[in-house]
Amino acid sequence: MGSDPIIKRQEWLVSLPTLVWLTLFVVVPTLLVFVIAFRPANPYGGIGAGWTLENVRSLWTPGTLAIAWRTLWISLLTTAISLVLAVPTGYTIARAPERWRNRLLMLVVVPFWTSFLVRVFAWKSLLHPEGLIKKLLEAAGLVGPETTLLYNPAAVVLVMVYTFLPFTILPIYATAERFDFRLVEAARDLGARPFQAFRRVFLPGIRRGILIAVLVVFIPSLGSYIIPDLVGGPGGEMIGNKIAQRVFTDRNLPQAAALSAVLVLAVLAPLVGVLVLQRKSRKAGIVMGESP
Amino acid sequence: MRRSRFPLVVTALVMAFFYLPILILVANSFNPARYSSRWQGVSLVWYRRLFESPEVWQALKITLVIAVSVTAVSVVLGTAAAYALHRYGSSRLQRVHYTLIYQPLVVPEILMGISLLMAFVAAGVPLGLLTIFLAHVTFCVSFVAMTVLARLQDFDFSVIEAARDLGASPWQSTRKVLIPLLMPGIVAGALLAFTLSIDDFVITFFVAGPGSTTLPLRIYSMIKYGAPPMINALSTLLLLVTFAAVLASQRLSRSKR
Repeated sequence: MGSDPIIKRQEWLVSLPTLVWLTLFVVVPTLLVFVIAFRPANPYGGIGAGWTLENVRSLWTPGTLAIAWRTLWISLLTTAISLVLAVPTGYTIARAPERWRNRLLMLVVVPFWTSFLVRVFAWKSLLHPEGLIKKLLEAAGLVGPETTLLYNPAAVVLVMVYTFLPFTILPIYATAERFDFRLVEAARDLGARPFQAFRRVFLPGIRRGILIAVLVVFIPSLGSYIIPDLVGGPGGEMIGNKIAQRVFTDRNLPQAAALSAVLVLAVLAPLVGVLVLQRKSRKAGIVMGESP
Repeated sequence: MRRSRFPLVVTALVMAFFYLPILILVANSFNPARYSSRWQGVSLVWYRRLFESPEVWQALKITLVIAVSVTAVSVVLGTAAAYALHRYGSSRLQRVHYTLIYQPLVVPEILMGISLLMAFVAAGVPLGLLTIFLAHVTFCVSFVAMTVLARLQDFDFSVIEAARDLGASPWQSTRKVLIPLLMPGIVAGALLAFTLSIDDFVITFFVAGPGSTTLPLRIYSMIKYGAPPMINALSTLLLLVTFAAVLASQRLSRSKR
């Protein structure tokens, strides 16, 4: 039907508003980040004239590299912990009786309806030196009165896992629900121990869900800003905090743009990786997610 | 064959992990003590403080003005986009369209915030209510489009053709047949856009200017600089509002035509 000029015109007419809007406010701004990264800053917090490599060069400093490295390991650790918790949870929900399944899913979904700031704040007040968790741990003799639970990378990972866990459970549940559990039972009948059956049969069977879960946690983790800002302290800063600092404290937009450009590339890398992986497995005749 | 108890135990712990912080926060909104570790009985003192705070009211007003206008615009744009994606789904133009709409759902918020800030600064648009509005519409459109698209998936276009055969003009068949049938999806998308706009912090933080402090921006500065337990009360009220909105939207998107 694409060749009919009237239908073609209608199609353009209906699509044009969003095409124009998203080009103006998504495509152009993203390209601008890469352009501004090569412009000098002016003393008024704006963008100066001419071109420079200074911003890109300033990325290669020990401070920035340390933060990039921390961003990477915090995101990887968050992803790993979320997966370790999400796989058993997704499995339990998928194997639950029909009428329990929806209730359990609701329980997973409800926390992420709540305001994001509110959830981070809840953790901040729990971990506070006068907060409940600190006092409980102190009463149990596990930590001394001087220990601080807040303002370190561990607090950042904890709150990030809290925030992203629902997004991990959902795709894993979705694939586990379609998984044929008789395969696991067959493996057990053939003499596999429970963990073996889980690792060799169940995990490969839900690998598409795991892949999606990794993406939906890892990508937003890389761009985290509020969590490290509120519970991370100086020792828990991530790239997002550096970008905000360049914008609001140093008022240096070009340097913020250079950092953002790195973040864009870091976010694109896993996405492109997955696409390539999918194309390869399709060529090899294996469709991702189907049990071998 | 006996199944391992391990997954069940993990699930129970995960649920406790999800809910304890929220429950403690709600409980503490009624606790007159400054810190959560001391329980000093039930009181509404933080709620009273909250209602007496002019900054909170001002921020709420700004937030609502933005959310209402954002919802109105993004519902129109998002519904049209969903229609185009569904109706002409296989064309090359729609593949580009889909990629564009998908973008705001994947890209981390901070990147959207910073790139919009760069664009506004480069174009000389003064930061304020207008820039927040433009930024919010940009991500809300995608969510509305996806919600309406899900509703369109089980839409039978022969109804439209029947209306046309019976002599309805394209405009009439759209207004009298298509839109009423899509209404539950549109309303669900509108509620989603409304809640997202009210709740957004990161993007707003980057594109806000003087005099455009929204509620999340206000809450953020309350958390960041000396956290008064007033936030507990405010958070509890926000929880109530979001729950109500999302429950309503779920009900609507689930109900069959």
